[in-house]
Amino acid sequence: MAMTMTQKILAKHAGVDSVDAGQLINAKLDIVLGNDITTPVAIGEFCKAGFTDVFDKDRIAIVLDHFVPNKDIKSAEQSKTCRQFACHHCISHFYDVGKMGIEHALLPEAGVVTAGDCIIGADSHTCTYGALGAFSTGVGSTDMAAGMATGMAWFKVPAAIKIDITGKLPENCSGKDVILTIIGKLGVDGALYKSMEFTGEGIKNLSMDDRLCICNMAIEAGAKNGIFPVDDVTIQYLEGRSQRPYMIFSADEDAVYDEVIHVNLSEIVPTVSCPHLPSNTKAAANLHHIKIDQVVIGSCTNGRLEDMEAAYNILKGRQIAQGVRCIIIPGTMNILRECVQRGWYTAFIDAGAVVSTPTCGPCLGGYMGILAAKERCIATTNRNFVGRMGHVDSEVYLASPHTAAASALAGYITEYKED
Amino acid sequence: MITQGKAFKYPDNVDTDVIIPARYLNTPDAKELAQHCMEDIDKEFVKNVNAGDVIVAGWNFGCGSSREHAPLVIKTCGTGCVIAKSFARIFYRNAINIGLPILECEKAAEEIKAGDKIHVDFDTGIITDITTDKTYEAQPFPEFIQAIIQKGGLLAAIGEREPQ
Repeated sequence: MAMTMTQKILAKHAGVDSVDAGQLINAKLDIVLGNDITTPVAIGEFCKAGFTDVFDKDRIAIVLDHFVPNKDIKSAEQSKTCRQFACHHCISHFYDVGKMGIEHALLPEAGVVTAGDCIIGADSHTCTYGALGAFSTGVGSTDMAAGMATGMAWFKVPAAIKIDITGKLPENCSGKDVILTIIGKLGVDGALYKSMEFTGEGIKNLSMDDRLCICNMAIEAGAKNGIFPVDDVTIQYLEGRSQRPYMIFSADEDAVYDEVIHVNLSEIVPTVSCPHLPSNTKAAANLHHIKIDQVVIGSCTNGRLEDMEAAYNILKGRQIAQGVRCIIIPGTMNILRECVQRGWYTAFIDAGAVVSTPTCGPCLGGYMGILAAKERCIATTNRNFVGRMGHVDSEVYLASPHTAAASALAGYITEYKED
Repeated sequence: MITQGKAFKYPDNVDTDVIIPARYLNTPDAKELAQHCMEDIDKEFVKNVNAGDVIVAGWNFGCGSSREHAPLVIKTCGTGCVIAKSFARIFYRNAINIGLPILECEKAAEEIKAGDKIHVDFDTGIITDITTDKTYEAQPFPEFIQAIIQKGGLLAAIGEREPQ
């Protein structure tokens, strides 16, 4: 039976020769992930069920990233719970303040996740690691607890949507514009329960940062996972980084897909998701003078080095518009250090932006950029649901770093055009 | 197992941010969190919900974040069941894992009106709108999932089987 790339990884981890879409399997996990919001719930369930040991201290990753450095006493208690658990069980991939990054920027960068892996994470954007050629999906805290205890998880083998990519992106576009365009076509549940398999001759023109961003938002189309084939771009990224040997899987030529979507990168335009759904997409050029109060450049979607570079190239030597607050959040400490060493940090400050240490903070309305009623933000984050970044009457527009930075200078939503 | 109560009606794409806003996620305490259940879509929900009541919604209920706090607050409020046209996959998984009964039934989700008195029999999957005297049949769960539910959630279920 012909299989998709996702199905091949799942078959391997279930210890069977082949699997079919819809089949229920029990699969071995390479990494089980949680953060400072979801892990305390998982720890509670783990203990309540009477487990005393984790299945493998080297296969669990706990990243404090949502509310750290802690925003209040309660969040400090949640971090403390994670810290004590990690210490007690000698969890090797525990990342605290000073070492942490936004989990989905950090784990690929640190080589904790790699090609061929089967990964669950108690965070919906765990689907990010599909960019490396891994099967990776978001789950809840109870699944995390069960994963930590047994190293296994049950899955319904997903059917697939093939996304055939051709062409090359215009200069003012990035992976964000690609995935927003796809979500606009599919809708927020267009890929529900399915895998999104990105393929085609155009993928060689997408950098790893673009791919990580694209897979990150597969969940916003309802998908179980997004996945890219392993090619030279992947190998180059993994070499010297991956902490474990990687495995390369590829889809069978005659694998079955429920649907094939064609995306010509050359036709992609700067795209914005308007409130209050990621699928509510419009070309940035068609949004005229929508005034903004805040800009956020960062998150697990767009807090990587290329995102910082795009922001730097647009903001350097210029001034953020009067009345606009621009918050830039490098995704990891390494990315933050690079921003400092390359002089980008200074350029951001000179432009009138603030730069934060890595945090999910404003993306989910946690802290560090909460919106008041009637305020409007353009953000490189991943969700624009009602109240996502603050007051229920505030608005979030999702866009690429190029579009967000250009909008910060203009004071209203605009696409970036080179001078 | 049955539940009976009045219906609360919500649209498509009810996301986990409106079910339990992240600004409250600085605690894992279900009772404390439950005070804010559905707050950003329906401020009156917590005041009006009684044990056994039913949430009825459109497509893709529970989309967005993986926070298990979402099904947990719905359950902790006393909600007996969520009926939707479809569920986002992580919410679906979480609901089963923590023992919040959910049912997929497009027709029931379409026709049931807010305030209707609803009776749900989980063993048969039969949903009855007592107010309109109409019955609906929900999609049954796969056996594998029924086993998890019967054992009282995922962690209780894995206690009984060795990993393969």
